Amino acid sequence: RASGSGAMGGSASLIPREALGEYQELTFLSKQEILVAYKRFSELLPKEERENAYSMRVPKSDILTLPELRANPFQHRICHVFSTSETGDDSMSFEDFLDMLSVFSESATSDIKSHYAFRIFDFDDDGTLDNKDLEQLVNCLTGQGEESQLSSAEMEQLIQNILEESDIDKDGTINLSEFQHVVSRSPDFARCGGLQG
Amino acid sequence: EDKEDKEDESKKEENGSQQNRASRRKNYQRKDRDGKKAGEEESRKKDRGKAAPRKDQKESGNREKKTTKKGMERENKQKKDRRNSTSSSSNSSDEESLSEEELAMLMEQVEQKKKLISTMRNKPWRMVKKLSVLREAQAFVEKFEGALGKGKGKKLYAYKMMMAKKWVKFKRDFENFKTQCIPWEMKIKEVESHFGSSVASYFIFLRWMYGVNLVLFGLIFGLVIIPEVLMGMPYGSMPRKTVPRAEQETAMDFSVLWDFEGYIKYSALFYGYYNNQRTIGWLKYRLPMAYFMVGISVFGYSLMVVIRSMARNANESTGDGDDDNFIFSWKMFTSWDYLIGNPETADNKFASITTSFKESIVDEQESNKDENIHLRRFLRVLANVLIICCLCGSGYLIYFVVKRSQTFSKMQNVGWYERNEVEIVMSLLGMFCPPLFETIAALENYHPRIGLKWQLGRIFALFLGNLYTFLLALMDDVNEKLAEEDVVKNITHWTLLGHHNLSVGNDSTITPPPLDPADVPRGPCWETTVGIEFVRLTVSDILVTYITILVGDFIRACFVRFMNYCWCWDLEAGFPSYAEFDISGNVLGLVFNQGMIWMGSFYAPGLVGINVLRLLTSMYFQCWAVMSSNVPHARVFKASKSNNFYMGLLLLILFLSLLPVAYTIMSLPPSFDCGPFSGKKRMYDVIQETIELDFPLFVAKIFSYVANPGLIIPAILLMVLAIYYLNAVSEAYQRANAELKRKMQMQREEEKNKRNNKASTNPMLQDLEDLLTPSMKTESPPKEAEDKKIESPNRTSPVRKPGRAAVLDGSPMAGRRGAAFAPPSQVFVTQPLTLGVRSPYPGQPRPWGHPPGPVPGRGRGQPRY
Repeated sequence: RASGSGAMGGSASLIPREALGEYQELTFLSKQEILVAYKRFSELLPKEERENAYSMRVPKSDILTLPELRANPFQHRICHVFSTSETGDDSMSFEDFLDMLSVFSESATSDIKSHYAFRIFDFDDDGTLDNKDLEQLVNCLTGQGEESQLSSAEMEQLIQNILEESDIDKDGTINLSEFQHVVSRSPDFARCGGLQG
Repeated sequence: EDKEDKEDESKKEENGSQQNRASRRKNYQRKDRDGKKAGEEESRKKDRGKAAPRKDQKESGNREKKTTKKGMERENKQKKDRRNSTSSSSNSSDEESLSEEELAMLMEQVEQKKKLISTMRNKPWRMVKKLSVLREAQAFVEKFEGALGKGKGKKLYAYKMMMAKKWVKFKRDFENFKTQCIPWEMKIKEVESHFGSSVASYFIFLRWMYGVNLVLFGLIFGLVIIPEVLMGMPYGSMPRKTVPRAEQETAMDFSVLWDFEGYIKYSALFYGYYNNQRTIGWLKYRLPMAYFMVGISVFGYSLMVVIRSMARNANESTGDGDDDNFIFSWKMFTSWDYLIGNPETADNKFASITTSFKESIVDEQESNKDENIHLRRFLRVLANVLIICCLCGSGYLIYFVVKRSQTFSKMQNVGWYERNEVEIVMSLLGMFCPPLFETIAALENYHPRIGLKWQLGRIFALFLGNLYTFLLALMDDVNEKLAEEDVVKNITHWTLLGHHNLSVGNDSTITPPPLDPADVPRGPCWETTVGIEFVRLTVSDILVTYITILVGDFIRACFVRFMNYCWCWDLEAGFPSYAEFDISGNVLGLVFNQGMIWMGSFYAPGLVGINVLRLLTSMYFQCWAVMSSNVPHARVFKASKSNNFYMGLLLLILFLSLLPVAYTIMSLPPSFDCGPFSGKKRMYDVIQETIELDFPLFVAKIFSYVANPGLIIPAILLMVLAIYYLNAVSEAYQRANAELKRKMQMQREEEKNKRNNKASTNPMLQDLEDLLTPSMKTESPPKEAEDKKIESPNRTSPVRKPGRAAVLDGSPMAGRRGAAFAPPSQVFVTQPLTLGVRSPYPGQPRPWGHPPGPVPGRGRGQPRY
């Protein structure tokens, strides 16, 4: 027994019904969204592999062709954070993909969003946001263009201001709880995310 | 598919209950071994029942221990769990020994698991892990929830559980169905990814509006128009339902119909068509009553919906952004709009973020440095004066035009322009004033966000002024018509009388041929006139909007795109360029359009239908236009919780459009020969009439008491007092909130100080952490760990060694919300060796991989410092 949207045609395999139920239980996505996600995921694979897209991994370069990630300055980080690849090539399985969509979906709680946002912003994966992370973050946000980059003095000032505001225990870095504290009070954060399923 | 699913579900259910039954039966089995009734099948079941529960329960006991190791259960419940699990594994062999207490504990545990299942999606774990934990928890729940309850209660409990499960499933399916029913989701997402969430918020607003209007449409069509068409007197049966003789030749001309005259004027779309017959058709449907009640409930429903969605919006905004402590951090961490999927938009966003960074740095550096304050003040005053002049001018223009249209309406042979002058002028004003305001606002040099608010306020004032001038002029018109009506009333009376006399005089034996309804002289019917005005206004508004989009956006885009090849300057980057999507203007347009609908729907029931069509088409049209010919905003700003701002405007408009309608209902006499209330002194008399004729006497009495001003005024007073009281209470709450906030801050400061002092005492640990962190970069350990975990419980004994458990469960990043986050998991292994302290982090109340065995001193967080 399996279910799947009829629109998928014969080119894609189907998600087992039990798994579909479990995914609904475990993500913030609805059934339709999961099916669409599956469709889009299998479209990223070459034609001959679509039959068993369920167990395949999509390389990072293909994941980044998704329009939602293409323009995102944190695309590499997002791939890295959500990938379970053992070789470290940041490829994604369907379940990783679902994890990602779930976190970015509209109905996800700000708690889990802030958790993942922290990990995305934590460029060196050391569990805290330090000066270097913040610097990279600013660079990501201001784009690659020469004219849009901040000067080093501005950068220093900015990072100092940020640390002053959010570094509650004054250890020079922002840890997860500090981050969540800051972000949870932001009026904008709740609408952060919502990838197109 | 669903059927299959349900079957599956129920099969599972059956299995579960069978097992229970079987395990219970197994106990009796000893008693009557001969098995009188036991057929072949029965015994097979028993065997299965005997074998299965033992194994399963052992397994699940193991599993449960493992899950506790994972730290899902709280430390302090650990002991209980352990006891539980032992009891539950013994449970299979002799079930009767389950004591009350144990049962309660088991129940609690099952509840816990259920809670875990429902909150699992909130855990920042990998899917693999979530899946395995979910399966375990589900298996556990399935196994044990049947064992709960005693005797007869057991069956009931199982049934209840089954129903609960079904209910959850149904709810989920229903949610799925609901999300499927939301229209245009993909369209809006597409726009969102191209233009950011602020443009999408307009379309979401449009969709919401469409939903509201659909309900209003259903109300009006279902309760007023369709009954009238089906059961009311047919067209041509009476004067109000017939086109007058003089107009009959041209009544079907398109130019006449376009002005909503002719046949359209005498149709169920307008107030005048309805008859004042108290009941119609075999249903005895009270149409005038229904008309009145629907008119009121349109406003009632709209008010309710707007206020409810406002309240929901207010509830959702948790951090109301009132404290300005985190300006920079918010800019940093939350400024990216993750919905952007278009490189161009992304570039704009980069630019706007950069400027906002720079701005805020500059602001911080020189927060109050304003050298040219006098010039700026002067310019601002000047700008406001100019804008007030514009507003007054536009108001006067409309008044003038409406007055002129009244003289035109008395003349014969007026041209198309004269007939539609009012609408044209109003639309043109709406089109050209906002850009003018924007130009003037450039003088003021406000911050863009503040500037936007001012701009919105001014456009709002313009629209409102125009609308109300229009209404005032219309009111003049109505009063004139009312005066005219008296004359016509007499004429009608005498005509009918004369006709009657004539026929009587001619031949008294034959009943006179009735006067043709088309020939009866009739009054001006001001209600229909008002209705027609609103319909015309709406239609011209629709046309102007669409033409503006077509010309201002599409033609412009085409021109820029194709003429760019042969032009002397770069059109795309230079002067005309592509249009941006004007969010505030569009939202305001929508809001005002809705105001006109609310005002007009009482006198033109068909207006809501037109509006539904308008919203439907504009959804597709604007989506297309925005995708084809607009460019993303240069300053992409994210849609924050400013939604309530628009909602507030809508509420204001709703209230303002309620006023004129309420005024006309309460204080103007309805026309004598048209509409459902004709012949009554006031429109609301219909309620009194219904109460007197259809309800028992005492209801009428009660009603008359209630309607007494002596009762109404105290009621209003009471409401005012209640508002005052609630306001005071909310203020008190706010103060308490601020107080708590301050206390929290103080506590934080204190903690900070304490920590700063103590940080030096334990530097060794800190160093250790720092050393260990880089090794955790690879993501592979969790998977391995999980794989091992899945196998291990069957092999290992129930009590595992603490060290090993810690290693196995140490998936580095996977979970640990609210934890200090810094410590990688290996620390757990090494720390006991180096320091002999097990749970070293105060921020981490539940270390993973806690051993199930009764190890002393392994409980909840031993203090680290």
